[in-house]
Amino acid sequence: MTADPLVAREVEPSAQTRPMYWSIRRELWENRSVYAAPVVTACIMLFGFFISAITLPHRMRAAMADPGKLHGVVAMPYDTTAGLILVTAFLVGVFYCLDALHGERRDRSILFWKSLPVSDRTTVLAKIAIPLVILPLFSYAVILVTQLIILTANTIVLLGNSSQLAALYQNLKFVQLSIALLYAVIAIALWHAPLYCWLLLVSGWAKRAVFLWAVMPFLAIGVFTKIAFGSASFFTFLGDRLAGWFNKAFIAPQKGAPQLDPLAAMTPGTFLSTPSLWLGLVFAALCLAATIRMRRYREPM
Amino acid sequence: MACIEARGLRKAFGSTIALDGVDLRVEEGRIVGIIGPNGAGKSTALHAILGLIPYEGELKVLGRDPWSERDQLMRDVSFIADVAVMPRGMRVSQALDYVGGVHPRFDRGKAEGFLAKTNINRTSKVRELSKGMVTQLHLALVMAIDAKLLVLDEPTIGLDILYRKQFYDSLLNDYFDRSRTIVVTTHQVDEIQDVLTDVMFVNHGRIVMECGMEEFESRYVEVMVRPENLPAARAFKPMHERQVFGRSILLFDQANRDDLAALGDLRTPGIADLFVAVMGNHGADQ
Repeated sequence: MTADPLVAREVEPSAQTRPMYWSIRRELWENRSVYAAPVVTACIMLFGFFISAITLPHRMRAAMADPGKLHGVVAMPYDTTAGLILVTAFLVGVFYCLDALHGERRDRSILFWKSLPVSDRTTVLAKIAIPLVILPLFSYAVILVTQLIILTANTIVLLGNSSQLAALYQNLKFVQLSIALLYAVIAIALWHAPLYCWLLLVSGWAKRAVFLWAVMPFLAIGVFTKIAFGSASFFTFLGDRLAGWFNKAFIAPQKGAPQLDPLAAMTPGTFLSTPSLWLGLVFAALCLAATIRMRRYREPM
Repeated sequence: MACIEARGLRKAFGSTIALDGVDLRVEEGRIVGIIGPNGAGKSTALHAILGLIPYEGELKVLGRDPWSERDQLMRDVSFIADVAVMPRGMRVSQALDYVGGVHPRFDRGKAEGFLAKTNINRTSKVRELSKGMVTQLHLALVMAIDAKLLVLDEPTIGLDILYRKQFYDSLLNDYFDRSRTIVVTTHQVDEIQDVLTDVMFVNHGRIVMECGMEEFESRYVEVMVRPENLPAARAFKPMHERQVFGRSILLFDQANRDDLAALGDLRTPGIADLFVAVMGNHGADQ
């Protein structure tokens, strides 16, 4: 064994580095809203549904005659929980992206990040992974836990009444619902990917007023086409970009028609063969490539 | 292989020329001070060396092209900019975790050792630390990285004198080992005079003077000239003359010390004084 320090320095470092993993970790350290906001939303909903669970037997009794209404009464807390937590995650994702590459230039910490052997590609991909991977999966887990707690509370409330308890589990196919929810979460992430990637691009580009730069061009095009050609199609397009995933990924429930099994309502074939999904993903990839390239040039403001 | 080698390095921001064809060579094991007024191009040069900005001309740092290989280069190069770049929302322990997680040459035990000598709490957030403590933290992280080149861009700006002194003392005692290279820019020139092995003056995007500190000490001499000797001293063509408390101090380049000793007390000038002299002469050319 030689103890020559010069030899030791030439030996390839044995320490395992995981730049992507640690880049995502540090995003979570710096942006606690990513996990705090869905949890806070879940807690508020839990509190509300605990109170409303008390009147569940009464409301179920009133709706027993009408299967459609009964389904509504039973499923409402679960659908609302999923919906509101997903909306929260969406808002968190939007504001996260707006600040992701702007904040590091504003507070000059970009000089610290760039002083470490982490490539711009790793940094940008770690940042976009927050709204596209971390937030959806985390929200999914929070929704599942919240729904399970609500289900437990509902079960306890209905324990004295076996027919109502049976009606609860008949109308609430929890496992199928969970699978459909995971599918929905993935569909939303894919559908919203171009939106998040665009916001990240603007966040890396704009010197100030990131939100305005991100939103105004689209509003301007919409207003212009409306005034010049009397066409609202651009606004329709924007609306489709936000909410269009649902009609493509699921069969929309028909009024009066019998409730479909959650799994039977899934239409992944339709969703995956929607051209605008793929156009959106191409746009997202282009935005990401531009963002990675641009971050090389970025300095503190 | 030189640690840093630049030929015809040029960088313009719009119509402002920040680097105007700089030729530069920094050998391994040197501590080089880059001295210059604001806007002289010091930071631009450092940023080019660190791969933070694109440039024209040739530049190799540890044999790599910094602009295209920044992330690879940063395995062997450490960098402290002014005190405000540590991410403020991070905890001290998280900063250790993060650097340890992404840097193959980071020795966490070493960093913990340096931190143990400070009052920095492991659970504090960076924003809760004083300016001096943030610098101590950053220095602890950087000194625990086994890098070949350390770049310091105004590392002690805004710090009080105790922290500044400590900063350079730790750097020399606990970090510098003659196989590493350090490049530093600062306005607190005289504080690093004893630290440097080489000094480089830049102005208007050009290197106007460079020399090793040994050469500096043998080449330049300051004479506190007694008033009656002033005409005689001026005959030796001083490069600069200034008045302090009614006495004239003349700065000479490569003058005969025996001749000058007869005219007054000799001493080695401060870098700042030489800087003023050199800049004064160059300012006249502009």
